[in-house]
Amino acid sequence: MVGIVAISHSGKLAEGILEITEQMAKNAPVIAVGGTNDGRIGTDINRILNAINEVYSEDGVLIFYDLGSAMMNAEMAVEFLDEDKKSNIEIVDAAFVEGVISAAVYSNINMDKEFILDEMKKIKINKRD
Amino acid sequence: MKVDNVKKIIINIGNIMEENKSFLSELDAAIGDGDHGHNMAKGFNFVIEDFNNNDYDDLGLLFKKVAMLLISNVGGASGPLYGTAFMEISKEFSGRDELNISDLEKILELSLKGIKLRGKAELDDKTIIDALQPAYLSVKKDLENNESENQVLENMVMAAEKGVEHTKEIIAKKGRASYLGERSIGHQDPGATSTYLILKTIKDNII
Repeated sequence: MVGIVAISHSGKLAEGILEITEQMAKNAPVIAVGGTNDGRIGTDINRILNAINEVYSEDGVLIFYDLGSAMMNAEMAVEFLDEDKKSNIEIVDAAFVEGVISAAVYSNINMDKEFILDEMKKIKINKRD
Repeated sequence: MKVDNVKKIIINIGNIMEENKSFLSELDAAIGDGDHGHNMAKGFNFVIEDFNNNDYDDLGLLFKKVAMLLISNVGGASGPLYGTAFMEISKEFSGRDELNISDLEKILELSLKGIKLRGKAELDDKTIIDALQPAYLSVKKDLENNESENQVLENMVMAAEKGVEHTKEIIAKKGRASYLGERSIGHQDPGATSTYLILKTIKDNII
């Protein structure tokens, strides 16, 4: 199953997304992380890295983010991984909430990474970096 | 300049970030999310704490430690941006224990390259680059013209300062400030300002 990592600047937003995916896609490997390690608004690269490793399998991982600096931290986290893992991970430009939830639903019914990425093109929003 | 002098300069950069944290956060509050100064101070406080407890004899390891602490603790966009700059510098100076004025050009060049790639920003996007790029070009030119060390450093800071002033006139194209569009005009960029403060601290510690 494709692993899903959702990165928000807010811990509450991360929790909220997880609340929905747990209801709609119970078996999909989804982790949402949000906020800094001391509870401020922001993102924490170490938690992102742990989340990627936790949901990682050969089926790959898709990473969703809310705002630009979350993307920078996501990119750095991916750079810290081994080469073979790196090539199996995509950071996705898509509407955050819709992207995470629909990707989780697809993963839950065993659709592969390429299928999900294709679906995500419909909700691509040319995110600001 | 030996590793301990470099360490001292970085500690002083941390002190300057602490002193200016409210100022930088106020600049950020006008066009961004209002945490730039506090984020920078927090990141560099971790660096200072580490430096007070550990000795380094390799510049590569020293810069890498700064990179990791900024990346892990800053939280906002400035963490990965400044962290990437220090990471790029660390690769270049691995195994070295001394710096001289000609290394400044390489340090600025690598910082600029790293930050541009990470942030996907260019000159006039109203970011760190608007202070860093003119500073780099000034150092490059002055070294080519064999200017004195003091002159190189003074011109570098002046170029960065001019760059910061210029950010008041332009529209933000990156980061949270870009949501404001034309309304970002009139405000100076906090990232360019922290870069200016860092460069000024380097100058003040050498001259």
